[in-house]
Amino acid sequence: MTPEEPEFAGEGPAEPNELMNVAPGEPHDSLLSEVASYVVGLALAVLLTAVSFWVASTSTLWGPGVAVGLVVLAIAQMGVHLVFFLHITSGPDNTNNVLALAFGMIIVFLVMIGTIWIMAHLAANMGPPPELTNLHLQH
Amino acid sequence: MSATEAAAIGLTHAGSENTGLGHRGPESKSIVVPYGFWLFVLSDIILFSALFATYASLVHATDGGPTSNELFDRTLVAVETGALLLSTFTCGLAMIAAKRANMLWTQVWLLVTGLFGFVFLVIEITEFAILIGEGAGPHRSAFLSAFFTLVGCHGAHVTAGLLWIGTMMAQIWTKGLQPSFVQRRLLCLSIFWHALDIIWVAIFTIVYLIGTLP
Repeated sequence: MTPEEPEFAGEGPAEPNELMNVAPGEPHDSLLSEVASYVVGLALAVLLTAVSFWVASTSTLWGPGVAVGLVVLAIAQMGVHLVFFLHITSGPDNTNNVLALAFGMIIVFLVMIGTIWIMAHLAANMGPPPELTNLHLQH
Repeated sequence: MSATEAAAIGLTHAGSENTGLGHRGPESKSIVVPYGFWLFVLSDIILFSALFATYASLVHATDGGPTSNELFDRTLVAVETGALLLSTFTCGLAMIAAKRANMLWTQVWLLVTGLFGFVFLVIEITEFAILIGEGAGPHRSAFLSAFFTLVGCHGAHVTAGLLWIGTMMAQIWTKGLQPSFVQRRLLCLSIFWHALDIIWVAIFTIVYLIGTLP
C-alpha cells in the first residue's frame, strides 16, 4: 500500500484514505464540529417546531394559509434533520445517498399527491352529498 | 474502518489510480451495509407516504362520530414531539461517543435516547387508551381507522427501535465497540432512529396541528 495522498484530499486530516463514499448518518469530522452539527440541528428543529405550534394556535394569521404554512415548516424541519442529523450533504462522497433520497422523494410525492388528487375528485363526483355518504356507506 | 483494516480484507483504494470510480473494488462493508439500510429506510418512508395518503383521503369520513378537532390534545403532542426530538439528539451524541470508542458515554447517551423514546411511547399508548375508552377506537369510523393505522405504525417502529437500542447496549456491554460490526450496527440504528423523528414531524403537522386548526 503506498501512502500517496490523493489529489482531492484537500486540507482535511492527514488520512491516506480520503473516503470516496460515506454512509448516511456517519459524521466524519472533528469532535467539536460533530457536536456543533447536532446542537445547531437541534436548535433549528426546536425553533421550527415551536413556530409550527405557534402558527397553528395563533389567530393573527390568515386562516386559509395556515395549513400550507405548516406543511412548508414541516418540510423545512425534515430538511434540517436530513442535513444535521443524517449528514446528507451535497459533497461528492454523498452522491449515492442523495440519489436514493431523491428517488424516494419522487415516489413519496407521486403517492401522496396522486392519491389526494384522485380521491378528492372521486369524492366530488360521487353523486350524493358527503353527509349522506358518511351516514350510509362509511364505517 | 481504518486503512489497515481495509487493506487486510482487500478493499483499500489507496495506491490505485484516481481515475474515477471504475477502477476500485466495492466499498467496504461499513459503508455498503448502512447504505443498504438507508435504502430500506427510504422504502419505509414510502410505505408511510401511502398511510399518509390514506389518512388524508379519509380524514373527513367520520361517520357522524368524533372529528379530529374534538379528539386531539396539542399539549400532549408537544410533549411527545419534544421527547422524540431530544432522543434523536442524544442518539447523535451516542454515535459521536461510539466513534471515539468511549464505552461509558455511548451507553449513557443510548440509555437517555431509549428513555426519551420510552416517554414518547407511554404518552402515545395513553392517548390511544383514552381514545378507545371514549368509544373513539379504530372501529368507530374510517377516519379513526386511518388514524390508528398511521400513528400506530409509527409507534410500532418506535417500539422496534427501543428493542434495538436495548440489544445494541447489550452488545456493546459484552463485545465492546468493535468497528467491524458493533459500530456498523450502531450506525444503522442511528439512521433508523433519525428517520423515525422525520416521520413524526409529518405526523404532528398533518394529523395533530392541521387536524386541530379552527
